[in-house]
Amino acid sequence: MSDLQELYQSIILDHNRRPKNYGALDDATVRRQDRNPACGDEILLEIKVDHDVITDVKFTSEGCAVSRASASIMTQAIKGKSRDEVEQLFRQFHELVTGKVKPTPQEARDYGEMAAFSGVSRFPIRVKCASMAWHSLQAALRESAPV
Amino acid sequence: MINPHRGDFPLLVKNPGLHYLDSAATSQKPRAVLDAMRDYYEHDNANPHRGAYALSGRATDRYLSARERVARFVGAADADCLVFTRGTTESLNLVATAWGRANVTEGDEIIVTALDHHANFVPWQQLAKGCGARFLVCPLTNEQHIDLAALRSMVGPRTKVVAFSHVSNAVGTVNPVREIAAIARSVGALVVCDGAQGVPHLPVAFDSLDVDFYAFSGHKMCGPMGIGGLVGRREILEAMPPYQFGGDMIEFVRDDHSTWNVLPHKFEAGTPNVADAVGLAAACDYLDAIGMENVLSHERALVRLASERLAAIDGVKIYGPPAAERSGVVSFTVRDIHPHDLATIFDEDGVCIRAGHHCAQPLMRRLGVAATARASFYVYSDESDVEALVRALARAQALFAQD
Ligand SMILES: Cc1ncc(COP(=O)(O)O)c(C=O)c1O
Repeated sequence: MSDLQELYQSIILDHNRRPKNYGALDDATVRRQDRNPACGDEILLEIKVDHDVITDVKFTSEGCAVSRASASIMTQAIKGKSRDEVEQLFRQFHELVTGKVKPTPQEARDYGEMAAFSGVSRFPIRVKCASMAWHSLQAALRESAPV
Repeated sequence: MINPHRGDFPLLVKNPGLHYLDSAATSQKPRAVLDAMRDYYEHDNANPHRGAYALSGRATDRYLSARERVARFVGAADADCLVFTRGTTESLNLVATAWGRANVTEGDEIIVTALDHHANFVPWQQLAKGCGARFLVCPLTNEQHIDLAALRSMVGPRTKVVAFSHVSNAVGTVNPVREIAAIARSVGALVVCDGAQGVPHLPVAFDSLDVDFYAFSGHKMCGPMGIGGLVGRREILEAMPPYQFGGDMIEFVRDDHSTWNVLPHKFEAGTPNVADAVGLAAACDYLDAIGMENVLSHERALVRLASERLAAIDGVKIYGPPAAERSGVVSFTVRDIHPHDLATIFDEDGVCIRAGHHCAQPLMRRLGVAATARASFYVYSDESDVEALVRALARAQALFAQD
């Protein structure tokens, strides 16, 4: 596979075309809108947190394939997860897109669809596209943190 | 055919596979410019105006002749009316700050256009906010021309400033400067033209444009980064207060007040950027040797070719006026592929394009897009760059079409 094919894997293209959890969540308990002023990408995350657990999440976004697919896959990965588990996932994701870990095909299974983002590490300027939804999520969860 | 000028640009020579299509952002630099700057530092470098020794005199002379050379290039007979700045952004901030604060008051109106770069939009917006003036944005036609009928109906007795760009960096519209100036003059408004994309790409004669201020950047016209200019009318420059204070711009400094140096020094506080001025003068020599009419027709031909080739591809939408009326840019979107994805994919083929809002968010909002892809051409571009662009686009579409 070329670097480009690795970046634009069919999983990513699929999620870009038909994003999961796309739309509004009327009974969200947290909402967060973020914008990347450098490239104009936008995301609106709507999350329902019940005690410590993310019970539902939806998003809408304007942006490139990498950022939209990342948001879509993220929403799938975090449903039913606790705040700590989400932090852990974000750490894993970040190591993956920045190339700090390079999972073998075996290990990649643990990452689920997130593994599709390993190709991003070869394109450092696109790391921020891949991470945008995660940064939004992290900020949203911190804002809504129980005191 | 390989472009004969390509060999003049060391970066392009060192990167034979590179298709640099982002010249509207900054141009590459010919060897003659780099050599001139090096020559200045190796033979004539000293702080101009200050030392009572021959070397400082030589530095002063080089700075002076650079100013004369650049003034001639932009068609300003009075070289003292060319103020060297860091570039277009600083030039426009200078006018909005120094002239604006002294002349615009509450209830006055400032008009910019929806085509403008943030550098010619935000300084005026902020001036208006600061002094309670009304800030008005002139709308565009469907082909992204400035709507002159709308402009005529917007100007009035309270209009103090009409600011617009000579050429749009985002979609390539070439604006009718004299017509716009006449509309502004009919109500006595100051006429400010952002020439960042004018001077590099077409012949410019300040003295016959009928504008009060004209701003440009050296780095977009084969010159170094960090220098540009503001040309203004002498009587306006002389009447307005300085922009920054410090060395060189003063005449006498008393304990309780100061007086200002003559033009252009009044607007050039601090040690001047001599080496970059020398480099910019060399860039003017370089462009004049090619001839600005030739630069213009060369770019037009490439814009037309690229527009034809891209328009023939399913899913491509091109923005701005028809190709024959546009300056060296082709701004486009491709159905189902975001401009940033295009830029990444093109980059793998050595094709450098810009993807984003091009510092023209007000225009992007009106176009109804968050971003476009933009290919821009210059003296060293040729058909092979267009071919590479079209190939890269086919590759992007194939990649995104896979299941
Ligand atoms: C039309 C226009 N105006 C202003 C600018 C700002 O120029 P600079 O960044 O050199 O100050 C640019 C270039 O970025 C431009 O294209």
